[in-house]
Amino acid sequence: MKLTLVTGLTGLLLLGTIVELLRRRQLREKYGMLWLAVLIIVIPLSLFPRLLDNVAELLGVASGVSLVLFLGIVFLLLVCVHLSWEVSALEEETRTLAEDFALLRAEIDADRAARDELVSTDG
Amino acid sequence: MVNGKRTLIIIPALNESGSIADVVGEVRGELPGVDVLVVDDGSTDRTAAVAAAAGALVAKLPYNLGVGGAMRLGYRYARDHDYDVAIQIDADGQHDPRYVPKLVDLLDDNDLVIGARFAGEGDYNVRGPRRWAMVMLSAVLSRVARTKLTDTTSGFRAANRRVIEMFAGWYPAEYLGDTVETLVHTARRGYRIRQVPVAMRKRMAGTPSHSPAKAMVYLGRAFAVLTLALIRR
Ligand SMILES: Nc1nc2c(ncn2[C@@H]2O[C@H](COP(=O)(O)OP(=O)(O)OP(=O)(O)O)[C@@H](O)[C@H]2O)c(=O)[nH]1
Ligand SMILES: [Mg+2]
Repeated sequence: MKLTLVTGLTGLLLLGTIVELLRRRQLREKYGMLWLAVLIIVIPLSLFPRLLDNVAELLGVASGVSLVLFLGIVFLLLVCVHLSWEVSALEEETRTLAEDFALLRAEIDADRAARDELVSTDG
Repeated sequence: MVNGKRTLIIIPALNESGSIADVVGEVRGELPGVDVLVVDDGSTDRTAAVAAAAGALVAKLPYNLGVGGAMRLGYRYARDHDYDVAIQIDADGQHDPRYVPKLVDLLDDNDLVIGARFAGEGDYNVRGPRRWAMVMLSAVLSRVARTKLTDTTSGFRAANRRVIEMFAGWYPAEYLGDTVETLVHTARRGYRIRQVPVAMRKRMAGTPSHSPAKAMVYLGRAFAVLTLALIRR
């Protein structure tokens, strides 16, 4: 009973945090939706840990709780892979930005040099 | 100038080289004296070059930011160059620039004016889950905005200075954020929104961004975005 209270409260606390972060626009929609979906699955499980016992038996896992642990680790790994993928995309984008910036600066410098040249030959 | 107001037409474009020249040409023909800014959102075709040749100002983004990202750039340009009115028009030729003066007229008493299908004019039809999504969106957003809105995802909108100022600082790049969330945000801040019936034409070239298979997903996402917009502040 005590355990259920602890896990249930943790789940609700997480839910509150994510909703508040979304409300304050600190989380992009796509990530917010992901975590909300996770919590919608996790909260019932934290209140009734035996919920998955039947499924566990079907898969040959000793208890529902170990199944939850296993699925949780797989899910976290997937999230890590996804984040690495996002970071790679971001790095590619900053690289493009840096190139654009350098090209612009080169163009402006060339323009300025040409103008200075004109002024010095005029004067 | 439209009705004595300095007007900027903002056209977000992604791979629209087939229609952009005609759209820019038509806008400049129908509305002499307006400036046209095409925001090329990382197109892989010749959209930017074709638009520039047709006489538009072109801002080329280094990579795709989505319609919302392109529009914030447009509104920033409008703010920095002191335009009275900024009007968003699609690059596929579906919006008729002859409605622009009507939209601008209504900006006298409103802050954001939307050119809307399904409001009596034209014969643009949608069915299935996409239609349910539109019905849900218009019902909820009409209440939030306290005015009748039948086409909340329309990309034909006119904004006055106050709204330009707001959009230049805040404009979501998320899916459907550029239409649904901006409406909620604008209405909540007390700006007046109005719609004008417009006839929508067929796309001139290129491919539409929505396939029928995606309609169901669209309904789900529309619901999620709307809920989120309503709980956000
Ligand atoms: N900047 C930018 N513009 C885009 C992007 N995707 C589409 N657009 C432009 O947004 C406008 C509307 O896109 P459409 O594909 O016609 O969408 P729609 O009008 O809602 O749907 P259809 O009925 O299929 O035409 C067009 O001008 C497109 O070029 C994008 O990722 N970035
Ligand atoms: Mg279109």
